[in-house]
Amino acid sequence: MSATISIEEASLSYGGEGGLLALADASLSVDRGEFVAVVGPSGCGKSSLLKLVSGLYPALKGRVSVNGEAVTGPLKIVGMAFQNPVMLPWRTTIENVLLPLEVVEPHRGQFRRRRAEYRGWAEALLGTVGLAGFGDKNPWELSGGMQQRASLCRALIHKPDLLLLDEPFAALDAFTREELWGVLQDLWQEHKFTVVLVTHDLREAVYLADRVYVVSSRPGRIIHTRDVSLARPRRLETTFEPGFVELVHELRDHISQARQAAA
Amino acid sequence: MKKLFSKAVLAPWIATIILFVVWEVSVRAFDVEEFILPSPTATFGALIEFWGPIWHNAFQTLFTTVVGFLIAIAFGFVLGVAVGASALLYQALYPLLIGFNSIPKVAVVPILVLWFGIGTVPAIITAFLISFFPIVVNVATGIATLEPELQEVLRSLGARRLDILRKVGIPRAMPYFFASLKIAITLAFVGSVIAETVAANSGIGHLMLQASSSFRVPLVFAGLIVIAFLGIVMYVIAAVIERRFTGWATRGGAAGEYATGG
Repeated sequence: MSATISIEEASLSYGGEGGLLALADASLSVDRGEFVAVVGPSGCGKSSLLKLVSGLYPALKGRVSVNGEAVTGPLKIVGMAFQNPVMLPWRTTIENVLLPLEVVEPHRGQFRRRRAEYRGWAEALLGTVGLAGFGDKNPWELSGGMQQRASLCRALIHKPDLLLLDEPFAALDAFTREELWGVLQDLWQEHKFTVVLVTHDLREAVYLADRVYVVSSRPGRIIHTRDVSLARPRRLETTFEPGFVELVHELRDHISQARQAAA
Repeated sequence: MKKLFSKAVLAPWIATIILFVVWEVSVRAFDVEEFILPSPTATFGALIEFWGPIWHNAFQTLFTTVVGFLIAIAFGFVLGVAVGASALLYQALYPLLIGFNSIPKVAVVPILVLWFGIGTVPAIITAFLISFFPIVVNVATGIATLEPELQEVLRSLGARRLDILRKVGIPRAMPYFFASLKIAITLAFVGSVIAETVAANSGIGHLMLQASSSFRVPLVFAGLIVIAFLGIVMYVIAAVIERRFTGWATRGGAAGEYATGG
């Protein structure tokens, strides 16, 4: 299963009307099972877009809907991962991964009864991101990259229809980051959930996404939309092909224009 | 793991021995009268001579302290969670709590005697009153300073406020809670002994009052030593429990061996 998203002319401001306008008249739509990336200069309101979709923050005006229904509060069908892995230090890695199942229905009601089965899911998921056997470690015993892998597992354990990623690889070293692009692509191709990825890494956006939205400086407006039709699965070699490089340059031009306009 | 005779294990014993030696030597060198400041040998002599009554009264003090402390834990934890979880309660109750904590508890004991008579109950209540405050403040701080990211992980899943409190708030506050227990247990002894010196017919405080009114100053000091000893024992118990339950907060390191002030 996966979800559709539609945002129509939505604005968001922190501190209500007259507050700091983070996002202005943004419109975008994501189809079922699509992988969409949102790029832009830092502080442009990219993350605000995710807050709108996840229901963590209400829109000032405009319409946000997921699966055709207006978003009024946090959605159960969403999995989220952030720039920080945000592991709970008093839980082992596998207990962190299991957390959503303790909260989201119908799993929370069945958690005690199906505990062994759920642990099996978590172990399998940890295995697919290369963390087999690390479940019983404390999160602080893992490296940053390993914690971020575990955080991806936590975002996916309850089989969400929609995965929202807020610069999940930004704090990692280049090698780990590129490796995790592949991990994420594999997971997505296997489970076919809908993904919205917010990032300031243009190569990351082109590598992963079916479509890239470029957001201007604050208040964020969508100034450019670009479809990426490179063949899947994309590999690291893909990033050196002329078609890929051209796309990255094109996006970079739009970003620098946006930054100049703001300066 | 510590070796049996490592520096860390020996250091507190050596410091204690030095204290007693300096004390003993000073008393002898300056020829201080026993009813002003008895020497450690005289104090320990009294400790052995009056072992029967000391043991009896120490047990009474330990009992009132522990009961008052346990009530303080239950009450302090619940109030701390409530105050930490609700900004409105925090604002409503904080001035009251500060004001209440500023009242010298020795001034409350006569009122308690008026209500409950002389004896065990005022000592328990005084121990409770003096020791719940740090627990409330620490638990509330632990919950109120929850990182927004930790909350968002759960909120994005549609978790209810109670879920967030149970899964993140309270576990996160546990190191603060245990740190406060180490402060609270020593305060609870202060509370019991205060009540016993004002209005009781048993307990170490009562024993010391009796001893000092008959100029048995070594016995007074023996009482002080017993209280200090009991305080250290209870503190160690609290510290051991803390390390068992919140090892994650110190990442399995040794930082948990240092006391947190407050």
